[in-house]
Amino acid sequence: MIMKRLSFAFLLLAVFLPLKAVGGQTPSASSVVASLPAAGSHEADPTGASTGGFSDVTAAVPGQVSLLDLANQSGKNKISLNMMWMLLTGFMVMFMSAGFALVETGFTRAKNACHTMSMNLLVYPVAVIAFYFVGFGIMFGGSGPLATLGGYAGLNHEAGVTLFGKTFGLFGRHGFGLGGSYDVGLFTLFLFQLVFMDAAVTIPTGAMAERWKFASFFVYGWFVAAFVYPLYGNWVWGGGWLSALGTNFHLGHGHVDFAGSSVVHMTGGVMALVGAWLLGPRVGKYDEAGNPNVIPGHNIPMAVLGTFVLAFGWFGFNPGSTLAGGDLRIAIVAVNTLLASASGAVAATLWMWLVRSNKPDPGMMCNGMLAGLVAITAPCAYVGPGSALLIGLVAGLLVVEAAFFVERKLRVDDPVGAIAVHGVNGAWGCVALGLFADGTYGDGLNGVAGTVKGLFYGDGGQLAAQAIGVAVDFLFVGLASLVLFKLLDLTIGNRVDRETEIKGLDVPEMGIEAYPGFDTWLTEFGLVNQGEGKES
Amino acid sequence: MKLIIALIQPHMLPDVKKALDEATVHKMTVSNALGAGEQAGFSETYRGVKHTTNLLKKVRIEIAVNENFVKLTVDAIIKGARTGKIGDGKIFILDLPEVIRIRTGENGPDAIG
Repeated sequence: MIMKRLSFAFLLLAVFLPLKAVGGQTPSASSVVASLPAAGSHEADPTGASTGGFSDVTAAVPGQVSLLDLANQSGKNKISLNMMWMLLTGFMVMFMSAGFALVETGFTRAKNACHTMSMNLLVYPVAVIAFYFVGFGIMFGGSGPLATLGGYAGLNHEAGVTLFGKTFGLFGRHGFGLGGSYDVGLFTLFLFQLVFMDAAVTIPTGAMAERWKFASFFVYGWFVAAFVYPLYGNWVWGGGWLSALGTNFHLGHGHVDFAGSSVVHMTGGVMALVGAWLLGPRVGKYDEAGNPNVIPGHNIPMAVLGTFVLAFGWFGFNPGSTLAGGDLRIAIVAVNTLLASASGAVAATLWMWLVRSNKPDPGMMCNGMLAGLVAITAPCAYVGPGSALLIGLVAGLLVVEAAFFVERKLRVDDPVGAIAVHGVNGAWGCVALGLFADGTYGDGLNGVAGTVKGLFYGDGGQLAAQAIGVAVDFLFVGLASLVLFKLLDLTIGNRVDRETEIKGLDVPEMGIEAYPGFDTWLTEFGLVNQGEGKES
Repeated sequence: MKLIIALIQPHMLPDVKKALDEATVHKMTVSNALGAGEQAGFSETYRGVKHTTNLLKKVRIEIAVNENFVKLTVDAIIKGARTGKIGDGKIFILDLPEVIRIRTGENGPDAIG
């Protein structure tokens, strides 16, 4: 009853106040463009046709909507849309953790499933905390005002060196622990960038699965999320020196990576290569002559499901990287992402089916789709649909050949194909941008006037900048992860002992098996060709 | 005719298969088994609660052979399965009164080979 009376009184006020206000006030710069009917008084609206209108505009003087109010509301809507877009796509990217967990665990053996899953779970919370305290500040502390998120300008401390009269930005120095940055736009950026970082840090857990000591992995997670990923990320996305190759040396727009082919995927892939190489192959992977044996994954349906989770998350990963829901280029980005994933999967499937094997290999189908997605991640905003199809197609072929090369020539044991998918195709994606960027987008990017054009559209400098970005990723991340893994090996030890590895890491490392009550041991050991188990 | 039953460590199966193959013994039946022997089992904790497993995972191999293949087969199994540690397993040799091949109706030593 009280509520009813109150709302009646409010209704009366709402009707009479505007009349009085209109009568007693001279419209100034903020001239009144509309007087409101009673707020909240409209009828039920089953079609939605009349819900939302000028009565919903927030007015400085209740009941009167001025031009300034309209302008304010319009700006607010724009920023709201951007924030909603980045948060929602960020949530989708967070869910890619589930995709990684499923793909990696599906491609490895049942006796290690708890261990592989646990690495995928724990990498997320560890990386969140490390990125909060250290990583975010290093990566974005000097990135400047947040143009699409309300313009907060607190991230303004980039440390760098000056060589040959040019400034080389190296790392940010603000935003550690989000200190002094209690701003909604900044928090949005933080969440969005954090989930991208998590994708990079989780990539090596696949390549190093089934033999990596959990304690070593645990320490690795803190350091990569705090230092290795954010440093390279700063150079490309945080205003650092790779993004300034355009302004400093007239190389296109500097190293351009729209959503992270290099920053996220190649970084993860290079760490995976170094880590898996240092760990050595799993027991039984190679015979005495160095020929690879098959060690089948225990749950291919799980890997396929994970691939779809990742492909879905990629619609957050790439379109979200406009950092603006109002940047309608998102439609092009989303379609390019879709097309490259399709051509990547089809190319890898046909290449296996017709050329490299005689069956359409399900594992390579998954890797092919992911390879297409990784490759289109850098160029997705800068190329047309035909180029996107072509980039995915090349990625599909490349992933198969790269996986064979890693397994047979380098003799690096990568159970899930992470090096081929993320490392090789991350590099290809950056180079592809330097070839196929068609000059329809990216005006003024990284402080360089004009749009982003690749070699085929008249700007060879862009390709040079892309090549430098790729080379620096390989050298810096490779060296940093080499030092990190070596230090971990000297202190904690990277690899479990042989007996633990043969029995499966689940019970010795995690205390419990993944599938108690299932007869998994015969299928695990019966399929291995030879070499497993015996002391050599 | 003898029936040779071997209980071995699961992860030694590839080595045993290889050794049998080299000894020209290609026919066998393999199944999962759980067993308790000299190995005492192990204790672990699950969500903080201690639990003990004493039936350990083993692989059971059954091979029916004629008399002249008994030593060959047993030697091959030992070659493949022995590590010298407790838990390597056991081999049982049983007399086998009759063998019948279903497809042809052959019986006795002919049905084994």
